[in-house]
Amino acid sequence: METQVGTFAVKKGLAQMLKGGVIMDVVTADHARIAEDAGAVAVMALERVPADIRAYGGVARMSDPGLIEEIMSAVSIPVMAKVRIGHFVEAQILEALGVDYVDESEVLTPADEEHHINKHDFKIPFVCGCRNLGEALRRIGEGAAMIRTKGEAGTGDVVEAVRHARAVLGEIRRLQNMPDEELMSYAKNIGAPYEIVKETKELGRLPVVNFAAGGIATPADAAMMMQLGVDGVFVGSGIFKSGDPARRAAAIVKATTHFNDPAILAEVSRNLGEPMVGRQVTDIPEAELIAQRGW
Amino acid sequence: MKIGVLALQGDFIEHVHALRRVGAEAREVRLPDQLEALDGLIIPGGESTTIGKLASDFELLEPLRAFGRQKAIWGTCAGAIFLAKDVRREQPLLELMDITVARNAFGRQVNSFEVDLNIPALGAVDPRGTPYHAIFIRAPLIESVQKDAEILATLPDGRIVAARQGCWLATVFHPELTLDDRFHQYFVEMSRSTRNL
Repeated sequence: METQVGTFAVKKGLAQMLKGGVIMDVVTADHARIAEDAGAVAVMALERVPADIRAYGGVARMSDPGLIEEIMSAVSIPVMAKVRIGHFVEAQILEALGVDYVDESEVLTPADEEHHINKHDFKIPFVCGCRNLGEALRRIGEGAAMIRTKGEAGTGDVVEAVRHARAVLGEIRRLQNMPDEELMSYAKNIGAPYEIVKETKELGRLPVVNFAAGGIATPADAAMMMQLGVDGVFVGSGIFKSGDPARRAAAIVKATTHFNDPAILAEVSRNLGEPMVGRQVTDIPEAELIAQRGW
Repeated sequence: MKIGVLALQGDFIEHVHALRRVGAEAREVRLPDQLEALDGLIIPGGESTTIGKLASDFELLEPLRAFGRQKAIWGTCAGAIFLAKDVRREQPLLELMDITVARNAFGRQVNSFEVDLNIPALGAVDPRGTPYHAIFIRAPLIESVQKDAEILATLPDGRIVAARQGCWLATVFHPELTLDDRFHQYFVEMSRSTRNL
């Protein structure tokens, strides 16, 4: 057999290698090295962390390729980068740069309010956000090789991450108890491809790796998401908007591994300095909520 | 046979499932005392820098080396890196196997690939000798083997992708990502013969 590249098995496979790990947002090569030294499994290269995107306002776009390349050459771990929802040309550019994973992200300003990128067209893998099972399975139908629950990025408030993880995992538990003849109308109701609904029922989990994101700021937050049943965590603003990023990053990595060991969680949570200030999700006007972007 | 899977980070669940499919008992290992009473240990794929740092922080390096001096250890991808004596950069390693490994030797994710390999050693568990479908994810490469380390598999161009030295096994691809369990059977047999020495 010939050598095959860009297959779904290798796209999904890289996400499987990231499991039990922490993916950290970084805005400079120095941040990327701090993240790698702290034990991050991958970094997300971007110009501003979500908390600053919120504060700055305006249109948020794919980062400068020069910055992304600088971060790629600074670390040995995989480098991810974000494109706007539906912006397939930004994705083509990231593929040309050789980025390891593309995040089609609601954190940036959407480029298309109806359609996401056809991710099957690409040799590099994509991760996409979701708030519920239907959204997750639509993204997988479009070719996403990894899913993350959205949470509410840039807030340091874990409440939405919990809501979305419970929604996805709870819907899978209910799906497992559903008789097969109900699957077609269930698929119609949640707006998801029937074949993938069926596969999810058989597997008892999403057919791809599922991380949590959006509001995780402490080791306890990360461990809670792991105990709820996700495969790993993204930490965006929570690390580099805190008082002692290197220390907090290392502590969140340890908490993600030992998520079921409260004695270790207590130990790693000690003396981490100031967490990010954060912003309560209930104080944010509805129009400013990021998680609702995505269709 | 009771086989441990180092569960600090990576695709350890896939190894646990494969071990159960071949009839072995599997246990996740995160702390040194969990190595007790195991017949063998698998170090999974993942990020070798992360696994190395966590192993070092939780004082697993010496217990793992001591385990490896008596029992079988198999590393896949990041695990193969972790077993090696030399990876040409500074990172925590077990430094057991006399192999030189280059990280990310095939390039970035866009160069990750699947290919069929001919692996004569698997004849020990399945005499049919059908080709082995191997998945390489940002894979390292075994640049050379030294002392009594032997080459188990190469790519068609001769580059080394699997090696064995006594009770240590290194594969830079991921048998745990497939449903072909020959490598897991092979390792369970390795663990059995090491235990019975």
